[in-house]
Amino acid sequence: MNRFVLPLAGFLLLLVVLLVGLKRAPEKSNLPSPLIGKSAPQFTLPNLFDNTQPLSTETLKGHWSLVNVWGTWCVECRAEHAALLQIKQEARVPIIGIDWKDQDEDALAWLEQLGNPYERVGTDHDGRVAIDWGVYGAPESFLISPTGTVVYKHIGAMTPQVWQHDFLPRISATTFKPPPPPTPASSSAATGPGA
Amino acid sequence: MRLAGWIWVLTLLCAGLMYAGPGAAIDTSPPLPDPRLQQRYYELTHELRCMQCQSEALADSSVSLAADLRLQVRELLLAGQSDDQIRDHMVARYGEFILFRPRMTWRNAWLWAAPTLLMGVGLLVGWRILRTRARLSDSDESGANGESLDP
Repeated sequence: MNRFVLPLAGFLLLLVVLLVGLKRAPEKSNLPSPLIGKSAPQFTLPNLFDNTQPLSTETLKGHWSLVNVWGTWCVECRAEHAALLQIKQEARVPIIGIDWKDQDEDALAWLEQLGNPYERVGTDHDGRVAIDWGVYGAPESFLISPTGTVVYKHIGAMTPQVWQHDFLPRISATTFKPPPPPTPASSSAATGPGA
Repeated sequence: MRLAGWIWVLTLLCAGLMYAGPGAAIDTSPPLPDPRLQQRYYELTHELRCMQCQSEALADSSVSLAADLRLQVRELLLAGQSDDQIRDHMVARYGEFILFRPRMTWRNAWLWAAPTLLMGVGLLVGWRILRTRARLSDSDESGANGESLDP
């Protein structure tokens, strides 16, 4: 009896280690970004709509923003476009586009045809800025805090579920504080004139 | 006989195709001016992963991101950066995953220690089993000897 205890314990330990390894193995398609928690990379890109106003790291400061890396050659980007338009409608954060290795005419035609969810679009013709952002598969979406910190990254098409489940809570947790509960005095004052 | 002939032709054709792969080189960029730099470029592009097609190295991948990253390796080499600086540059953007050969850190050191530890445990267990057996056979022999010699 006793002589089986040690091997059995060893086997169970191995089993636990292997199971934890399987569970925690990162999905190939959604690797954690080393940029999370760090400042967004410094960059300056020409603006697709307006040559005089470039898109840069400064554009991202002072408010939350959703940075979306896309390209007209990217099939998944077409799939996520409706979700981006919907997020624009919500008007909680501006969407900043980085048009990755694309032709300006194609990008403009695409936005003309499908609608434009972006407040600004920077054109990354040679893909250098995308590399600094650690982009490896468009579409990718980054949530940037008002201080310019990368808070979250999603690889693959944006969907309403991803937006509500992974992005919105991270914004509301820090900026949208629930209003303080009304005190009796203030509530009576508020209802006073009506009553 | 005719059939056998055709089979020979097919076999030779297929054998010829084996050379088609290396012939169509993926990295068509000209070699770096300094052969030592070229050697480092070769090694780095073989130990950095193509993030898009994740089982291929930068050197073996035909996707455009791999070409962009090869170009970046080349520029960093020409700018005089060391291999480690270039690795750090890539890890800062894409994470440790971009290295085919993971670096030893305190977090993963146990991976390196585990085989030695397990081997130690195995040797200990084996030694104990052998010792018990030896003791058993010792007592058997002495018992047998005692019985046969004593009277």
